[in-house]
Amino acid sequence: MCDACGCGDTNLVPVEVHARLLERNDEVAAHNREHFRRRDVVAINVMGSPGAGKTALLEATARRLRGSRQLAALAGDLATERDAVRLRTAGIASSAITTGQACHLDAAMVHHALHEQSWPRADYLFIENVGNLVCPAIYDLGQEMNVVALSVTEGEDKPLKYPVMFRHADLVVLTKTDLLAVLDFDSAALADALARVMPRPRLIAVSARTGDGIDAWVAWLEGRRSEPAAVAS
Amino acid sequence: MIETTWEPPMHEYGLVQALLERVEREASAHEAAAVHRVIVRIGPLAGVDRELFADAYRMCRPGTRCEDAELLLETEEVDWRCRACNAAIPAGAALVCPTCGWPARLAGGDAIVLERIELEVRPHV
Repeated sequence: MCDACGCGDTNLVPVEVHARLLERNDEVAAHNREHFRRRDVVAINVMGSPGAGKTALLEATARRLRGSRQLAALAGDLATERDAVRLRTAGIASSAITTGQACHLDAAMVHHALHEQSWPRADYLFIENVGNLVCPAIYDLGQEMNVVALSVTEGEDKPLKYPVMFRHADLVVLTKTDLLAVLDFDSAALADALARVMPRPRLIAVSARTGDGIDAWVAWLEGRRSEPAAVAS
Repeated sequence: MIETTWEPPMHEYGLVQALLERVEREASAHEAAAVHRVIVRIGPLAGVDRELFADAYRMCRPGTRCEDAELLLETEEVDWRCRACNAAIPAGAALVCPTCGWPARLAGGDAIVLERIELEVRPHV
């Protein structure tokens, strides 16, 4: 009840907002993007299921680019720093982001990791996201490209089951092709699935173990830079 | 190595936090006594589970200005369009324009938007 006239009413006022809930994340992502641009670092967000072969792909990349490019990585995971340790052993300057329970990396985590330590000069920063085909795709981290690692054992219809992830992919890397001899893998079925969820389907098939396809993958990476390196053959 | 603060392993909780913070800012700006209703639009391709989002909202609103505020979840259609001629691409079809062959772009369907709020404002006498 108000003192003046004894009324007890409040007014209901509608307020138009139209604000994206990811707005704050995207502001930080834009800051990260500018950070990368100023330092001429190509940042790649590497996503995929747990066990899809993200770390192995990066290890193979380090072997291939040794001597011609400087690599750095952020390795995101719920627990342990094992991926970051593997990457460091492969010659990639790496830092771990242990998220605890969060199922994805967000721009703030990347921002913190970029600024909490001094980083050596790098041509590429690989952000190895948490193994998860659901949430990571919606969080802009400031990366230049989204790469989704999909292994030959995961099923050709995976893209149809996870359209949000695949629609954000700039490239799908089909991993573990050294296993094809023991699988009934239908590459036409995968191509069809990708065409239905990815407006510009692009796929490179690799085996981190044998090195098959790694040259094509590296050529794609180099195409993202304005001046390709003279890669040692 | 950095560690983040604990939160339940679903990103819906983080999005609800962002929602509550934004509503708090708007409510303060309008000097609202309370928030009556919150209207959020979530599209099918947003990557957000509507049930989990609603659950997270119920769990996180106590102690905030949205404590008694109803959450209304709106949706929208997935709308793939030709990048060149804007023709609609049928649902489930390859994301390439049947007419001109250009790739599709997503014109709608991935929204995670706080559309409007209804505030309880005491009348000025």
